[in-house]
Amino acid sequence: MPEIAINRDWCKGCYICVNVCPRHVLEIDQESFDHGFHPVVAARPDDCTVCRQCELLCPDLAISVSGEEAAGAPAGEAHVEPLAPAPRPLPQGWATAPSPLPAGRYFLQGDEACAEGAIAAGCNYYAGYPITPASEIMERICARFAVLLGKRVFVQMEDEIASIASCVGAAWAGAKAMTATSGPGISLMLENLGYAIITETPVVIVDVQRAGPSTGQATRPGQGDFMQVRWGAHGDYELIALSPWSVAEMYTETIRAFNLAERFRVPVILLADEGVGHLRENLTIPPEVRIFNRIGPSDREPPFGGRPVPPMPVFGEGHRVLVTGSTHDEWGYRRTSSARVQAELTARLCTKITDSMDEIVESETYLCDDDRLDLLLVSFGFTARSALGAARMAREAGYRVGLFRPRTVWPFPAEALRAVAAKSARVLVAEMNRGQMLREVQRVVPNARGFGKTDGEVIAPDEIWDAAKEYLR
Amino acid sequence: MTANTATTASIQKCIRPEVFPSTMCPGCGHGILMGAILRAVDELGLDMRRMLFVSGIGCAGWIPSPHFAADTLHTTHGRPVAFATGAALFNPGLNVVVIGGDGDIAAIGGNHLIHAARRDLDMTVICANNQIYGMTGGQVTPTTDIGTITATTPQGNEEPPFDLCKLVEGAGASFVARYSVYHIRPLIRTLKEAFQHRGFAFVEVLSPCPTQWGRRNQFADPVALLERYKTLCVPKDRAEKISAEELAGKVVVGRFR
Repeated sequence: MPEIAINRDWCKGCYICVNVCPRHVLEIDQESFDHGFHPVVAARPDDCTVCRQCELLCPDLAISVSGEEAAGAPAGEAHVEPLAPAPRPLPQGWATAPSPLPAGRYFLQGDEACAEGAIAAGCNYYAGYPITPASEIMERICARFAVLLGKRVFVQMEDEIASIASCVGAAWAGAKAMTATSGPGISLMLENLGYAIITETPVVIVDVQRAGPSTGQATRPGQGDFMQVRWGAHGDYELIALSPWSVAEMYTETIRAFNLAERFRVPVILLADEGVGHLRENLTIPPEVRIFNRIGPSDREPPFGGRPVPPMPVFGEGHRVLVTGSTHDEWGYRRTSSARVQAELTARLCTKITDSMDEIVESETYLCDDDRLDLLLVSFGFTARSALGAARMAREAGYRVGLFRPRTVWPFPAEALRAVAAKSARVLVAEMNRGQMLREVQRVVPNARGFGKTDGEVIAPDEIWDAAKEYLR
Repeated sequence: MTANTATTASIQKCIRPEVFPSTMCPGCGHGILMGAILRAVDELGLDMRRMLFVSGIGCAGWIPSPHFAADTLHTTHGRPVAFATGAALFNPGLNVVVIGGDGDIAAIGGNHLIHAARRDLDMTVICANNQIYGMTGGQVTPTTDIGTITATTPQGNEEPPFDLCKLVEGAGASFVARYSVYHIRPLIRTLKEAFQHRGFAFVEVLSPCPTQWGRRNQFADPVALLERYKTLCVPKDRAEKISAEELAGKVVVGRFR
């Protein structure tokens, strides 16, 4: 006799099964009432022909029909044969890797150096969408991936939303992924930047800033994305943004961006600008570079909790990992109504960064050796080059002027700035925007002044020196 | 009739039983589709550890996440095909299946859908088409029929719907099929073919939503709503033989490519 098992805990009482049975085997039990509805019972199991229409059409996997006709069904055993290894960045942790580009002196464009830095860091997945002034990164990557050994995937996507989305998908499949764009593309990427943050996905996003807002001036420099890259995605989070000021740093900071992304399982933004992106100058490629690759879980470690930076499984390794952009517990299960899980997750997403500032935050000081300074300039990216020129002009004129340059712009190096700003009664922030970093500096030095310029031209050293003279007068 | 060997008992190994009963409404077609996908996986003997299910936001996004005991990537709204592109390209050893609703796949994600089809990427995209935004309260979608009452078309929808299969076929997909969840055996067979297909396989699955679609359109009873597909759908072979008048208002089901 066929056996019809009805899982009353999974049944929701839609009664599809009762109605699709051609032999009227199933019935609604009007006598009992549990789970908020009358349950289904197999009233006439003898009449069942094991057509299994009820089982196949049950939306809740709540019916199981067994009988001779179903014999030969595969046993409910899980696959046990060993899995072929899935690709993941190796070795795990810190390692020294030979530079794919032969060591030596090169004359490169900033965007090209960024591509070379990515390749040196182990980038093996790139997805992008053409945009000025970042396209040269994609073109260089495309050309270099084609001739380098090892598995590397380049894909030009349909837009920037898809570019970062496919990078995140690739990262979970074991890739070290990067995309590069400019302000308009960053605007589109913010959605999945948030996804990368909450899913703790290592990915590098290069923003070669241009003059905005909107399409603005595509070929002209700007630094107007300073706040957008930090605060553009919704919700509470921390991320890392680095600011290169030279072709050499387009190489080294891209490597650092990958290392930090892998180390902290966080998206890292290389906040470049058209000035450094299109600059051509000499750089020295070392024979080997230090790289960090994400740590994988040993045995049964949760992928989204348990420690500040949890180990990261990779798809295809057999972990059956649940990745979701919804609030989730340490195993990835959605917990969209739990105040505790939401509070703990958002706290850890922030503290895993803010508790490791020493590893993340880097800044430079120039001409700041005096005990007292007449003026401290603060500047980042291409503008910092002009600011250093202005400081030298001031020195020649007899003023003690120094420069503070954050190389990590997010988190902002507030403590390092506080230390050097203590030497100076005057702090002047020079940037190609209308005072975005100034606000961050004023959290440390409330009376700091700004010199912002948004005419689509780089700021020249003498312009900063003129502004400094005004301030020193 | 196709022989179906996978049973509710045999697919238990493919799910996370601790998350059941599912969060879906009573009579939700997405639950039937969930079973169909798992039965197709089981009958092919596919290793769930090698399967990656990518989904977006909405009721259909919850079909694999967290129910399936496989790697699942529950992404942002409309973007699952783009996320899946990265995983499929980087590790071709993964069996990548995207599951999304009509809002996810055809509205906000329409651009990603046509470009993945154009690239003929090796993945299966299953669009659970219930012609409604269920999770957000029953608003009109790009696949809602003219005249349908929704939360945002209280006087009846005036915009013509997409024919998703024609769209994806035109974009270059190498496998295109449509069935309803009522056509359960052909659906399971088609899903098996899609999972084995090398290239972009698109399967549109008509799926009833008694809660948001049915209650507004005189089909609150899940049984009546499910059985509606019996008269609504016309198999492709028959559709080629009948007149345009007879075909008006019908939905053609079958394998189109």
